[in-house]
Amino acid sequence: MKNILQFENVRHIYHTPRGEVVAAEGLTFSVDEGEFVAIIGPSGCGKTTLLSLAAGLLKPSAGSIVREGSCGYMLQKDELFPWRTIEKNIFLPLEIKKQNTPAARERALALAEKYGLGGFLKSYPAQLSGGMRQRAALIRTLATEPDVLLLDEPFSALDYQTRLNVCEDVAGIIRSEGKTALLITHDISEAISLADRILVLTARPARVSHAHTLGFGDLPPLKRREQSSFSGWFETLWRELNA
Amino acid sequence: MKHQSFSHEHALYLRARKKNLALVWILRLGILALLLGAWELVTALGWIDPFIMSSPSRIAKTIASLYADGSLFYHIGVTLWETLAGFAIAVVLGFAVALLLWWSDTVRRVLEPYIVVINALPKIALGPLIIVWFGTGSEAIVFMTVLVGIIVAIMHMLSAFVGTDQNKILLMRSMGANKWQILQKLVLPSSYPAVISMLKINVGMAWIGSIMGEYIVSRAGLGYLIVYGGQVFKLDLVMSATFILCVLAAGMYFLVVLLEKALVKNAER
Ligand SMILES: Nc1ncnc2c1ncn2[C@@H]1O[C@H](COP(=O)(O)OP(=O)(O)O)[C@@H](O)[C@H]1O
Ligand SMILES: [Mg+2]
Repeated sequence: MKNILQFENVRHIYHTPRGEVVAAEGLTFSVDEGEFVAIIGPSGCGKTTLLSLAAGLLKPSAGSIVREGSCGYMLQKDELFPWRTIEKNIFLPLEIKKQNTPAARERALALAEKYGLGGFLKSYPAQLSGGMRQRAALIRTLATEPDVLLLDEPFSALDYQTRLNVCEDVAGIIRSEGKTALLITHDISEAISLADRILVLTARPARVSHAHTLGFGDLPPLKRREQSSFSGWFETLWRELNA
Repeated sequence: MKHQSFSHEHALYLRARKKNLALVWILRLGILALLLGAWELVTALGWIDPFIMSSPSRIAKTIASLYADGSLFYHIGVTLWETLAGFAIAVVLGFAVALLLWWSDTVRRVLEPYIVVINALPKIALGPLIIVWFGTGSEAIVFMTVLVGIIVAIMHMLSAFVGTDQNKILLMRSMGANKWQILQKLVLPSSYPAVISMLKINVGMAWIGSIMGEYIVSRAGLGYLIVYGGQVFKLDLVMSATFILCVLAAGMYFLVVLLEKALVKNAER
């Protein structure tokens, strides 16, 4: 399998007038093409920093980061622009990247249609439910056909019921589009229900302390939660996080 | 078709609301009529000297004679022109400066203390300087109006630009957006409500600036009539000019409210 993202001994230091914060140190891991990797770690350990590094929004202080191809970033909140229709929101990355061609728009619209947003294209974000908005945010991320998706706790702003549904949705869309994804979360069960592989981070500065391959295959999130091995994984990861 | 799609309770609620609104208007106009009537009465009966207090009928006569000799619309025109020109320049320039300050962090940090000091300075202190620089014509008053309005416009817009949602900026940067694209597609559209509130605030500022300017130096305009009337003890003239000013300011305020409604509707589409 081809490596699509590779961190090698990465260190990142934030400098502020009050001092410096080492957010990552000796961080090494890689993501293969088509793989769904979840990274869990205590809050404040440097997860968002890791994702910003992967997206190229930050330059590492030391070490190397290699990414093959483009990436799409999805944040905690949907961050849809309230003055744009859903359709115009989905076209935003196309406009930014100067790829706003009829063919690209057609493709993005087809995606929206396929994943149940067809009836909402002319609506404004305020008219949609939280789950629908997060789905629209995912379609926006997919519009430019990124090679790897970077997801920063994309469900944590939703209430529990919606979270389970959107999680199911998003997992389905990412699997059926065959996308590579790197998901950051502090929610253990979310990581187990979505990922092929889970990396556990230490407290700050972030470093990979454990790695597990789950072996659930393409099983969707809710089905995974019913598996007997689910609670086993949960206990293992819980122990490792709180070690 | 005269079918009502709401309940009986809702009809009662609507009727009560309408009644209440009518009451409010009756009371508003009643108070006005009462005040004017009392004013007219006490001056007519000679309880208060109309030479000092003027009276509604004398105000009406003064305005009529101003109209007759053609100076009414001349003075209104002068003040209105100064106010609108000062308003427009302050708003456009203030917006542009705020953009510049948003664009460059360094420029902003360098200029911040200057803006704070100019904001704190009572602009009227600059009166003598303005007369020397601009003479005693309309230019001086427009300059004063701009001076009063521009700092407010800058600070209002800058705080809106700087307050743009950081996560949305992060999102745009993750899409590879440059600063120009972030400005055009995010910062400007999200500052739309702030533009409207800035316009509203600056209408008031423009009146303050133009009348203040006319107090300091002028040969025409409503502010000039007020100052002149005070100096030659023509209180009828002072009251008349003040009354016209009230009407104009109220008119302009309602125009801005209408504009706001149109703009907000446009923003929501
Ligand atoms: N821009 C910044 N400047 C200084 N320190 C920062 C900055 N961003 C994050 N940090 C610090 O780096 C650490 C890791 O932050 P982050 O990556 O956001 O953690 P997480 O996403 O795991 O909660 C935190 O201690 C945070 O305070
Ligand atoms: Mg975070």
